[in-house]
Amino acid sequence: MLNYLWVGMIFIGILTAAFTGQMEAVTNGAIDSAKEAVNTIIIMVGVLSMWTGLMKIAEKSGLTEYLSDKLKPFLRFLFPDVPPNHKAMKYIAANVIANVLGLGWAATPAGLLAMKELQKLNPEKDRASRAMCMFMVFNMSSLQLVSVNIIAYRSSFNSANPSEIIGPGLFATFVSTAAGIAVIKIIEMRRRKCRF
Amino acid sequence: MQILIVISNLMLPLVFVIILSYGISKGVKVYDTFIEGAKDGMSCAVDIMPTLVGLMMAVGILRSSGALDIFSRIISPLTDLIHYPSELVPLTLMRLVSSSASTGILLDLFKQYGPDSGIGRLVSVMMSCTETVFYTMSVYFMSVRITKTRYTLPGALIANFAGILASVFICKIIWGQIH
Repeated sequence: MLNYLWVGMIFIGILTAAFTGQMEAVTNGAIDSAKEAVNTIIIMVGVLSMWTGLMKIAEKSGLTEYLSDKLKPFLRFLFPDVPPNHKAMKYIAANVIANVLGLGWAATPAGLLAMKELQKLNPEKDRASRAMCMFMVFNMSSLQLVSVNIIAYRSSFNSANPSEIIGPGLFATFVSTAAGIAVIKIIEMRRRKCRF
Repeated sequence: MQILIVISNLMLPLVFVIILSYGISKGVKVYDTFIEGAKDGMSCAVDIMPTLVGLMMAVGILRSSGALDIFSRIISPLTDLIHYPSELVPLTLMRLVSSSASTGILLDLFKQYGPDSGIGRLVSVMMSCTETVFYTMSVYFMSVRITKTRYTLPGALIANFAGILASVFICKIIWGQIH
């Protein structure tokens, strides 16, 4: 997928440049951007390391585990079909907490394990269960406390206040998550009604 | 709504205090653990460097050729209807497909408009409430060989769309006009 996307972007760019006579700009654009990418990374390493360092403490002290435990009542509401003590719940909680804390690399393995456990509960193996739909939509509504990457990118482009977007970002992510949950719950309710 | 700015300023110190005091109370060697974790951040950044070079380069070509501007101009009558900046359409669409490619476009917008401009702030907020729907769905569902995804896609797209609307709304309220 990314292969085609990448080639597509470059070819469309070069083709457009051929028509608009911007070849020189394209050459400079390519070189500038490549340079910029490395500068960006160098500056963002600091912010990123600060966050991963902090999160290592949260992990080692058991704080992340404690938080996923606190999440259980809420998860029971989201996933009424999953037995509360099933392994799937544990992995879902771990995935949610990792996402909320901005630990993308920890979120994906837990999320895939959650899907595997949900699949064991699924009666039709090629069709997503209700719990899977809810899990995926909840996961993709990207509930996140602090968007560390965005803050790091902002600071590397010399923002005067890189973290000013945390509060508004929280508002927006709450709206998107609430909308996602509401949509799935409404669809589920209507389907249940139809069955009777 | 100014409370959100207060939250922005308090969030990081709060995270520091909570995590450090919890760590200390559990007898964790907080400093050593921090250093150990910070090393992960280093390797993480080095890992994404080649990806970012490749994609920022592609986006750089696309933008300097004028292709993105042409695309924005074509689509602007549509986006004007919902008061959405047409410059953000490429990012909005790419965001659904690829996280790294959309990061490339995001950084390009930062470069062009600055992170503290109306557009810079809006994209920052937007990126924190949207997800690469198509990519995530294919990875997760493929891992358990599910082909019928039922209402997952519409649900996720609605959630993302609600997030985008909320971003535009909140940025207008806090910082005024986007342009």
